[in-house]
Amino acid sequence: MPVTTIGDREVHVDAEGFLTVYEEWDEDLARALAAQIGIDLTDDHWRAIRYLREDYRERGQTPTPRRVQAGSGISIKEQFVLFPKKPGKKMAYVAGLPKPVGCV
Amino acid sequence: MTDTETAPALVPDFADAETDRVLAIICSKGSLDMAYPGLVLANAALGEGVQTHLFFTFWGLDMITKARMHHLQFSPVGNTAMHLPGHDGHIPQALTPLPGMTAAATRMMKRSIAELGVPEIPEFLDQIVAAGGHLWACRMSADMNGLTQADLREDVEDIISASDFIDKTAGAQLLFI
Repeated sequence: MPVTTIGDREVHVDAEGFLTVYEEWDEDLARALAAQIGIDLTDDHWRAIRYLREDYRERGQTPTPRRVQAGSGISIKEQFVLFPKKPGKKMAYVAGLPKPVGCV
Repeated sequence: MTDTETAPALVPDFADAETDRVLAIICSKGSLDMAYPGLVLANAALGEGVQTHLFFTFWGLDMITKARMHHLQFSPVGNTAMHLPGHDGHIPQALTPLPGMTAAATRMMKRSIAELGVPEIPEFLDQIVAAGGHLWACRMSADMNGLTQADLREDVEDIISASDFIDKTAGAQLLFI
């Protein structure tokens, strides 16, 4: 499993760069991850990220944008504004989770 | 200054620069089972940052017609792959036209789809539009059915001719379903 340096620390990632160890993530790391993909985190970003973290902890699966909409109240439209073009993958990346596997 | 060279961080390639990919999906079927594939693909494409257009033609127009979009059905008639969920055995074709079979098959399929958390057709199209998808209706199909824009979902951008659609989707990857 590759190890890469994000900000000031080393983290385990998969071949694409998504974090693979849930516990290695914290909010400082999220800021560094977001910066890597050109996103400045606002309160709305944090709402999405916290929902993803929580839902993954409960279900062991990264929620799709549709589930994020239903569970956190952040609409799909808003998700596309917060995490442009590829909200599903970008939210997962910043939240330190694997990319979502669901089709819808 | 450190004397060890650090490799650049491994970051997923979200390919933000590559924004020119366009996908056009022609939805020509009005049965429940043939309505979903185009919508699933459209939704996936939008989630990958691909500009996506859906063109509804012939029976596919039912998916965006207010009076019909909630009533798409699935019939096992002529579908030799039809089997009950979780069972291997096929349903004999001779039984498929019996009264009530279409209603039962439709119920079953809707249940299986709902269990996966996948929305019904109208709600799925809401999601696609929210994600930036474009909906277009076919002029000839609308004329054949005596439909105007008022009969269609409000978010259908226009009723356009086949040539307009071809024009709008210049350079797009195209799927006919």
